[in-house]
Order: sequence, then C-alpha cells, then structure tokens
Amino acid sequence: MNSASIARFVDRHIGPRSTEVDSMLRALGSPSLEALANEAVPAAIRFDGLMDLPGARSEAEALALLEALAAKNQVFRSYIGAGYYDCFTPPVIQRNILENPGWYTQYTPYQAEISQGRLEALVNFQQMVMDLTGLDVAGASLLDEGTAAGEAMQMLADVCEVEGADTFFVAASCHPQTIAVVQTRAKPRGFKIVVGDPQTYDFSDKVFGALLQYPNTDGQVVDYRAFIERAHAARAHVAMACDLLALTLLTPPGELGADVALGSAQRFGVPMGYGGPHAAFFATRAEHTRKMPGRLIGVSKDAQGKRAFRMSLQTREQHIRREKATSNICTAQVLLAVMASMYAVYHGPEGLRGIALRVAQLTATLRAALLRKGIAVATGPVFDTLRVDGTAADIARFHEEARKRRINLRVHSATSLGVALDETTTNQDLADVAAIFGCDVTEAAAPLPGLPDALQRKSAFLTHPVFSSHHSETEMLRYIRQLESRDLSLTHSMIALGSCTMKLNATAEMMPITWPAWCKLHPFVPLEQSLGYQEIFKQLEAALCAVTGFSGVSLQPNAGSQGELAGLLVIREYHERRGEGHRNICLIPTSAHGTNPASAVMAGYHVALVKCDDQGNVDLADLAEKAEKHAANLAALMITYPSTHGVFEEEIRSICTTIHKHGGQVYMDGANLNALVGLARPADFGADVCHINLHKTFCIPHGGGGPGMGPIACAAHLAPYLPGHPLVKMGGEQSLGTISAAPWGSADILLISWAYIAMMGPDGLRRATQVAILNANYMAHRLNPHFPVVYRGAKGRVAHECIVDLRGFKKTAGVEVEDVAKRLMDYGFHAPTMSFPIAGTLMIEPTESESLAELDRFCDALISIRHEIADIESGKQPREGNVLKSAPHTAEVLLADEWTKPYPRSQAAYPLAWVKVRKFWPSVGRIDNVFGDRNFVCACPPIESYEQSQESA
Amino acid sequence: MSDNYPSDLLYTEDHEWARIEGNMATVGITQFAVEQLGDVTQVDLPREGESVKQGEVFGSVESVKAVSDLFAPLTGKVVKVNTPLGDSPEYVNEDPYDQGWLIQIELTVPAETAKLMQPAAYASFIRESAD
Repeated sequence: MNSASIARFVDRHIGPRSTEVDSMLRALGSPSLEALANEAVPAAIRFDGLMDLPGARSEAEALALLEALAAKNQVFRSYIGAGYYDCFTPPVIQRNILENPGWYTQYTPYQAEISQGRLEALVNFQQMVMDLTGLDVAGASLLDEGTAAGEAMQMLADVCEVEGADTFFVAASCHPQTIAVVQTRAKPRGFKIVVGDPQTYDFSDKVFGALLQYPNTDGQVVDYRAFIERAHAARAHVAMACDLLALTLLTPPGELGADVALGSAQRFGVPMGYGGPHAAFFATRAEHTRKMPGRLIGVSKDAQGKRAFRMSLQTREQHIRREKATSNICTAQVLLAVMASMYAVYHGPEGLRGIALRVAQLTATLRAALLRKGIAVATGPVFDTLRVDGTAADIARFHEEARKRRINLRVHSATSLGVALDETTTNQDLADVAAIFGCDVTEAAAPLPGLPDALQRKSAFLTHPVFSSHHSETEMLRYIRQLESRDLSLTHSMIALGSCTMKLNATAEMMPITWPAWCKLHPFVPLEQSLGYQEIFKQLEAALCAVTGFSGVSLQPNAGSQGELAGLLVIREYHERRGEGHRNICLIPTSAHGTNPASAVMAGYHVALVKCDDQGNVDLADLAEKAEKHAANLAALMITYPSTHGVFEEEIRSICTTIHKHGGQVYMDGANLNALVGLARPADFGADVCHINLHKTFCIPHGGGGPGMGPIACAAHLAPYLPGHPLVKMGGEQSLGTISAAPWGSADILLISWAYIAMMGPDGLRRATQVAILNANYMAHRLNPHFPVVYRGAKGRVAHECIVDLRGFKKTAGVEVEDVAKRLMDYGFHAPTMSFPIAGTLMIEPTESESLAELDRFCDALISIRHEIADIESGKQPREGNVLKSAPHTAEVLLADEWTKPYPRSQAAYPLAWVKVRKFWPSVGRIDNVFGDRNFVCACPPIESYEQSQESA
Repeated sequence: MSDNYPSDLLYTEDHEWARIEGNMATVGITQFAVEQLGDVTQVDLPREGESVKQGEVFGSVESVKAVSDLFAPLTGKVVKVNTPLGDSPEYVNEDPYDQGWLIQIELTVPAETAKLMQPAAYASFIRESAD
C-alpha cells in the first residue's frame, strides 16, 4: 500500500467531503473556501502567510513519534507524595470510562434530561466526598488541590462577618504548591497571607480563615481540634486540605470542626499524568452552600414526578452572576470525578479501608525499620508519608541510592527527604525503599500504626447501597454501561454548542494519554526523567506561538477560567513592574462571557462595562469615552474575538489601538480562536495576551464537563511574568506566581493537542477553520428562511457560529427557547447554546468535523420543529400540552397504556423518518428546575427512588 | 400580563412597592416584577437593624436562571424581615402584595415618598416600557 492510498488525517477530521464542500459553497454563492473566509474575515486583519509548523503527519507517523518521545521519559517508582500518588486504575474503569468516547465526549450537563448517567455518577462523587469529609455539602469537582484551596480562601473571605478581617492563615505544613497558589491569588485581592505553625499561631492578626493540611505535607497526622476552636473563637473559619484515602481511617474534618474540606481525588484511580488532569473536591457546611465555588449536582423530579438529577443553584456561578460571582470557575474535571466515584463504587467502604490499612501498615513497617537503623524519622501518628532528616551527606547518599534503584524520593531540603507510599507499593518495592537506607523490612512485622483514639475514624462512610452493589467486574461493567446509555454524546450526534463547541476527539489523539510512559509520571520528578514531555511542551508552545503570532506561552493554566486569571495577572505584573500598579480598571463589553468579569474581580480589577450596538459589536464611541475617562487607571480590555455573537468585528484593530493609547493592555478571550487559526493572528491585530481553550480549538474532549486546558500566549513584553512553580524551575523570570498546582497543568492531555496539530499540519489547520466557517454559514443559510439568523458580519457572513432567533414564538405560539431545546432531544440532538449571548435565541456552532449529512439532519430537525410551532400558531395544536411543551418524551410515557395527548405517539417519538434508526431515548422527562433549586439535595437519593426509576425505565 | 397594582401602595421604577403606615413602610416587589422573574427560588434580605437607602441595593431575588437586585424604595432602618421566605420563596410569586412582602422599614426620610409613583402612574409606566 503506498501512502497515496492512505487517507490523510485532515480528511478524517473534517466532516464534509470535498465534493460536498463544493456543493455547499454553491448553495452559499461563494466560489471557494478562500473566498468565503475572505468574506467573513475583515481584510485588515487577515494573515496571508503559512503558519510556521511542520507538515501534516499521518496517524501512524504521529503515533510513532509519540512512542519515540515517550521513550525519552523515564518511569521511576515515585514516592514523592505532596498530593500526587501512584494508584491502580481498575481496568474496567480505564477501558470503559477513560478510554470510552461514550464518557469523554459529552458536554457539560446543562441539558439534564440527556445527561442522567454522569449526573448520577457525580452525585455519587458528592456523596463520597461528603461521607469521607464528614461535611454536609460537596460539589461536583474543582480543578486541582491548589486552586481549590484558593477557592476556599475566597469563599471564607466572603462568608466572614468580621469587619476589616483581611488575613488568611496558611499552615507551613501545607503542600508547597498549594501555598504558592494561595499566595498568588491573595495578592490581587489584597488578602494578607500568614504562613506559620498552627500549634503556636495566636490569631493576633485580623484573620478571616485558615488552611491546614491533613495529614500534613511531612506526613504527620495532627489533631487540629484545638486550633479550630481558637479559630472559631476569633470568628475565623477553617479549611482543611485532606487526603481521601487517609480519611477512610482518620476522624473526618467535619468531626474535627472544620468548615471546609478540600483536596485531590487523584489517588482514587486516576493516573498522575505528570500533573493531571485530576478532580479536586470541595465540601462545606450547609450554611455556606450558596457561596460554594463550582458546579453542584442536585436531585429534583421530572414532569412525571420521577426522581431526576440536574445542576443546581446555578445562580451562584459566573455565567449568571458575572462580576458578583463567588468564583470564575466554569467547567471543572467531570471525567476524572466520575472515575474517582467509580473507584469508590467498585471498591466500596471495606475495599477502600483495606487499601488504606495496607498502605498504613507498609509505612509503619518502613518507619520501624528506619528507627531500628537509627535514622531520624518523626515518631508521631502518620498515614503513608515519612520525613527523614539527616546530614547533607546522608541525604545526598540516600537520593543517590534511590536513583540507582530507579526510585524517586521527595526533596524537602539538603538535609531532609520524604517517602510517600501508595496503593501500588508491593512488598518488593518496600524492601527496595528500605534498602536505600540500608534497612531490612523482612525482620519482624511492625504493629499497626499508632493512631491516637481521638484521630481514629469511628463514623461509617459510603453506606449508600450504590457503594456496595457493584464489586464484581460484571456488575461494575453493567453499571458503567447503564449510566453511559443515559447520556447523549458525540457518539450519537452533533453537539453544536455555540462558544463551547465540540469537534472530533480523534482516537489517535486520545490513545497516548494512557500509555504508562506518559501517564505514570509524578509532576515533581527530576526534569531529566521527563525529557519526552519537555519536548512535547517545546513543540506545543512553538505551535501555539505560530497560531497566535505571540512569542511567550504558559501551559500551566488547567482551564479557560484559569487562563483568564493568568492573563490578567500577567498584565497586572507588567503594570506593577513599570511603576503603574495603580492601574485597576478593566473594560469589558456587555456581550462578554460571564467568566470575564468574574476573572477581572479575582485579578483585583474594577469592571467598567462597554456598550454593544444592535449587532453585538463593541460600541466604539462608548469604548473611546470609557478608555479616555479611565485613562489614568486603565489596566486592560477583555475582548472575545470573533465576538460572542459569532461575528468578526471590523474594528478590532482600532479597538486595540484605543486601549493602548490610554495605557491599557488587551486581553483577548480565546474562546473563539477556532475561527482564527490560520486566517488571522491575535498578535497581529493588537492583542497582548490571550488564553487558548485547548479543549475546544485543539481537540481535548469535553469529558462531560472537564477536563479542559487554558494555556496563555502573550507578546514578548509580557513573557517575563508568565506563571512559575515553587518546586520545578519553569516560567518567566519575574513570574506572577503560581496559577495551578502542577507546573504544566494537566500535562497528560497536552498530548491530544500536540497530536492534532501534528496530524493536521499548517494547511490542515487552516482548512479546518475554513470548513468551520463554511459549516456555520451553510446552516445559517438553510435555517434562515425558517428562523431569522440575527447577527452577521459586514458582508452578510457569520463566523464559525450562528444565532437563530426564537423570541417571536413566545407571542405567536407560547413557545420558548427551552421548549425547542427539549424537543430537539426527541430528534436525538443536544440543543445548541441557549440564551447566550441573547436571551431567547439558540447559538449553533457545528465545527468542521460534522459531515454534510449530519448538518442536514440537524437543520431538518429544527425545520420540522418550526412546522410543529406553525401548527400551534394556526390553532391545529393547543398552546399547552402540545408536542413541544411535553418534550422530551421518554419510552415510559409513550408506552403507557393510556394516551391522552393531542398528537400521535409516533410523532412524538419518530418525527422524521431517520429518527427511527438513530433513536436516542431520554431517560427522564422535562425536569422541574424550580423544585430542585427550592428543595436543594446534593446527596444520593434513597435507594427506593432508584428502584422506582428502574421499574419505570 | 396582569394589571394588578393595588391602590393603597406606592411604586418605584425598579418594580418595588411600599405600603406606608405612619413612619413605617412595608416593601415588596410588584406583580410585573414577579412575572418577569419567573419562579423565585431564593430571596436574600438584610437583617433587622440594618439601614437601607432609597435607590440602593438591599438584597436580591433569584430564579433558576437569574439574580435580580432589590432596590430600596425608601430610606430607613429594617425593623422586620419576612423570614418565612427563607423556606417558602414561592410566596413572592403566589402573593406578592401580602404573604410575599420582603422587609419593613422604619422611615428616616419620610418626605422621600413624594418621589414614588401612584398606582395609575406605575401602570402607565409599565405600559410604556412594554411598548
């Protein structure tokens, strides 16, 4: 077989065949892809060069390259700890969740009726965290332990009622990267951080909160009750960063009196991945529920009164509350939270306790051996981690002995090291670790670790039946598959979410993330063991520079929200170093994503809103006026390009010039970068820094609500301030601090973006952008006769997405955008973005990956729904109880013996001929959102409600 | 849209109402506001003893998809808060002028009532903004 007969990857990634592209162009009256793109993208900003990237590789070539690079990494046994531990991912979870597009390609569960599977898994996650921490409420994951601690600080500042309290105490025995993230986040908010010893701290500062580590970074298990009492007496709240596995044995933080518990769920079956992705957890007391950061899954009921899950209390979040939000966090780490929850479901309470006991036993054995040898190791209560002190010569020798055995120990200092054991540690491993110190562990079994009674867990956990019902692999497999079948994903149909869209996540891009040479690295291994990764980072950074025209990149931010914060802090640092630290006004157009104002507030900025015109474009006169008015204090403009209305604004250059003229910097929200790649570069039209949603533009799957990655790219003058890390030398020379817990964020999934870029090459990436614009314009063209397409560019073209207007139907038929969204489920589709950026509209973003056939099916579905609306308008169907208002229809409803609706069952289930062969059945009917928010419950519902829903399913 | 604006109340352009009794005012939101908001899921109110100032934010009401600030129609001290709304926010929807009241204020600047709208003026204000 010669290479000409092998399809190029670009033809696998892009949906429409080239003949179809031609017919679509004809329909649009455009002679070529180039011509169409030229109509959409303003001439003033077009990039006519070719991005400086290597040519396209085939799938086989890219995989071979990744294998060669993987061989440059060295997988030592890492006993470094500090929040990252090796673990055994149960293969049934690895293959059926982590490596399964049915689990990794769903969207965030806004459309709850077709997301019941992962919502149930997330409620299991919440229940698991609530049980293990002993607190009332837990969320459905945050990004990592460091940022979760930062969120805790922010929340505790919000709930504090003491006037003028401005200090956050952080125990020096917290993980170093956690302290660094907290310090970085505190600075712009004006919080003082006191790092000290919780045993002796006297609360003489005006403290609003405190952070402790349990067990602490040295491994000690400390009884914090007295500290917490002192804190509460000073009217400060206490957050504890915890280890979930340890909590199976230890008195939970809730019972010690803590107000918040947080940490990483990584060691519950999620590979270390050289830093991520993993799910962080966050739990608190009921009275703080409404101040909690991140997504909360709650229990409600559907139209038939059946139990159903949904995202609750969304009014806390940035997309609604904007600059008043409690946090800028959006999508977090759903896929990894699902894995961790399944790990708990598979092992159950006894299994988890068994794993923990064994780790504790090994640690005790090792400590006994060290003590026998006269090595200095603390004798207090520990779980899995020991700190060894010695002379510099001894410690250096121990590290050398470790290296010989391909083992990594933690470097505390020249005279101190750490050893953290884990689930994977075998007896042989233990003997090898002991041998490093010249010890023998085979002598006599040590007694069980001496946990004082006050720190021994007495309360039961994971008592809900879901944690005891799936312990055989057969049962586990079926549970995973059962939940999967309730979720609509890209394996079923297109998910055309404007501004958050989801293109193909190619299998070849996904495969490497579970290769051991990539996923088994601890984030703090010596750099010489991660040369393969370093090569990936270098090439990916170069590629992102080629795409954006910028010259500096930080891969650290592990979500778009963190990228926004990082970008603004880079700007803040820049002003400060120039002696202009007083600049604190951030201009934001009213059309911006809600994260923008929320991030600006976290960066310590005051938000000044800039008006938009009827076309959704920035009102230039208002911008000029505001920029001038605030000239003395103007820090930045945050602008999305192309705009959140899906239009390439003609005036972007002059917008940037205006800001620069008044001393500000331009932050470009890169959410829509997928419409620019190869066609225009942010650096060329005047942006100074932007974040890049790798999970959108560069193919990291959405994971049902995370992971994402949000690296930033910036111009040379900002590069010195890029994020650094306390444990690994990286980042800018005058770094702004630390944004994420791990140096390169969720490093493992950077492989996905690397592979995509490698297989597309510069031409393929450019063609992908052009076809994304073609697909959006084709859909706008097909839908426009039926629904007005409301925003277009100067030449009548949309960019990569289009907005259809449904507002008129409220008057003519009593139909709202939500009714159309729910009816689309009956056709087997996920609704496009609802009511953003304009209430009462749908924003459709098809991406380049969808074929013409799929685009047509989606358009046919919407047009068919338009006819159903016409039947209501003409009076053929009633305004209430019609096929839209009753959507979505479950099998249960349609199979009921009695049928009283004013339309036939067949129309409800199979409104178009092709639906029959592709039918996706929603597992619940329309969910009662109001009931769920008025009666908030975030725990696993009683088992009877599962049985009811089983019977009726 | 209902046209339910009791004659014994005064109104603001932010769709709050005030029932004046001596130097006390009971405050709530209007039927129009309730219809715009949809089903209320949460009401955040000040505590007794706190001060509120005419035209300034004193709390918020939430529906599933929106948060709306509440603006004080008059200046004064909060003497009573409708605490049952904590468990039953639906009162605001079901009975905005009675069971769904929000706070009671002891007025410190009674002359401010002159700035509020009479029922007829509010009704035409609503009609104009609907056009």
